[in-house]
Amino acid sequence: MSLDDSYLQYPKRQYGMDHDLYDWSMLSDRNPIVWPNNKKLALWVNVNVQFFPLNQRTNPVPVPGGMKMPYPDLRHFSLRDYGNRVGIFRLFKALDKFNIQPTIAINGAMVERAPYLMDVIKDRGNEVIAHGWQMDMLHHGEVSAEDEARWIANSVQILSERFEQPIKGWLSPGRLQSANTPKLLQQQGIEYMCDWVNDDLPYSFKTDSGLITSMPLSNELDDFFILQNNLHSEDSYAEQIEDACDLLLSEAETQGGRMLALNIHPWMLGQPHRIACFEKVLEYISSQEGVWSASASEIYQSWQSQQ
Amino acid sequence: MLTDPGYYDYWPYDKRPKITWPNGAKVAFWVAPNIEFYELDAPANPSRKAWPQPYPAIAGYGIRDYGNRVGHMRQMQLLDKYGIRGSISLSTALCDHHPEIISLCKERDWEFFSHGIYNTRYTYGMSVDQEREMIRDSIETIYKHTGQKCAGYLAPALSHSDHTIDLFAEVGTELFGDEAGFYTCDLFHDDQPTPIHTRSGKKFVSIPYSLEMNDTIAYVTNKVTPRQYGKMLKANFDRLYQEGEESGTIMCIPTHNYQVSCPHRLKAYEEALEYITGHSDVWVATGREIASYYMQHCYDDSVADIAAKQGGK
Repeated sequence: MSLDDSYLQYPKRQYGMDHDLYDWSMLSDRNPIVWPNNKKLALWVNVNVQFFPLNQRTNPVPVPGGMKMPYPDLRHFSLRDYGNRVGIFRLFKALDKFNIQPTIAINGAMVERAPYLMDVIKDRGNEVIAHGWQMDMLHHGEVSAEDEARWIANSVQILSERFEQPIKGWLSPGRLQSANTPKLLQQQGIEYMCDWVNDDLPYSFKTDSGLITSMPLSNELDDFFILQNNLHSEDSYAEQIEDACDLLLSEAETQGGRMLALNIHPWMLGQPHRIACFEKVLEYISSQEGVWSASASEIYQSWQSQQ
Repeated sequence: MLTDPGYYDYWPYDKRPKITWPNGAKVAFWVAPNIEFYELDAPANPSRKAWPQPYPAIAGYGIRDYGNRVGHMRQMQLLDKYGIRGSISLSTALCDHHPEIISLCKERDWEFFSHGIYNTRYTYGMSVDQEREMIRDSIETIYKHTGQKCAGYLAPALSHSDHTIDLFAEVGTELFGDEAGFYTCDLFHDDQPTPIHTRSGKKFVSIPYSLEMNDTIAYVTNKVTPRQYGKMLKANFDRLYQEGEESGTIMCIPTHNYQVSCPHRLKAYEEALEYITGHSDVWVATGREIASYYMQHCYDDSVADIAAKQGGK
């Protein structure tokens, strides 16, 4: 019994990363970031507006939050739809109560599925970022570059036309990427992507066709991750966000501006038994000194201007 | 395949020879940060996949990279605050990738022990010669970059063979005699150090490295909440401190910078460290210091007691 000799060879055992996607850099070695008005903590609340089709295909990986039962999985289909019909209105009400502006990540397919909701979002004037075409079109490692390029182009185009705003940001469905994703996004004019979770601040990411910025959107603090993957209680969700807020604020006292990125789903936090815990979180955060509620683009631009 | 690895004999917790730690401490306390490097494009192993998704698996890779980019500094500052020197379970390729982290730990006189080359290179399927070569590479790498003669081992990603512990003991001896290769963290059968049988007859011990207190086991496998993890650490300490009145015990917190250093988890961890180090009779030590002390002062009594108890009460 033995493994191929290559298993004990390490061609990328060298200084820095084991790839050319971005440079190795410790957060503590970088120049401190100063947010507008000398705020300490940028708050980025990212609301997902998603379509999970009933006829989900067999992908090389499960669709996060997708269908789980034999066809037709009406349970998950309708519960996800609940978010776009009911839950999101609760979320908007809560965010507005505390004067916190969300950034809204929208599947392209939702534009035609929910025109009323699109009008509401357009009237609100929030930043919209592209979130792929729908949740069963995962940008996983085995998707062809042609398919992926088309999905990206379609998503960006329909959102920019519908909302009459430039689409600068991208969040992949299920947060998967192929090896081509960053380059294809950069070629479509996307300025920042939110899939990578390896930092607490934006950083520059390299592609064959130029630079794109990675904006870390915490998965560890994602509502679906805490409540559904970890099966923690609503009270614990609130405690975890509050503890994160405290830690980042205290770090910002000595190390420069920090960012609290909350990715949320209307079909999770928009439930009647969860919305109060979300309100509690928003009340806590907005009562802290030095919090800057901003869109993803505002955070990105402030960071970019200091590079 | 064996029915029992044969590393140790049954040895009841009842009526063991008393362990007396330095200055009469009740608990020897050590923190073992795993400082790891996972490869984005890891080679295939026949027994275990490195990542659940097709290349590139950015979620798993990304959060582990977060540990090095962001988390390390957070945990290190916390350990500084409470006067704790880490005992690092090191993916030794990290000496090449991230020498800044190695320097910071070296300046603090932290211990480095081997956790293989990469945490995405598993022992499964290796020939004996291949595993020996991998272990040798890791010990030599630690010596080259830190000047330390590696005393301990935790197999990469806890992937073992039937030879792992023997090979580690033997390679340690070949390179540095009795100064290297004398304790393992791979066995979870006890709350006290245990003499381990090696085929070379080398004096070798198992040092408790608690899987239950391991942050990744708690957070990822058992999915506990951060505050519950803090309570678990305190409860674990309380009982070991209480039992330490009779005979010295050991508490280990194995950590990962991509788990315990996340913003929503650091507070619970800090409260536990503050609580533990706030007790008077705690010996804050490293894995090597505990193993060396035990081998010098307690090992022979333990071996005799184990032998005496083999026939029953």
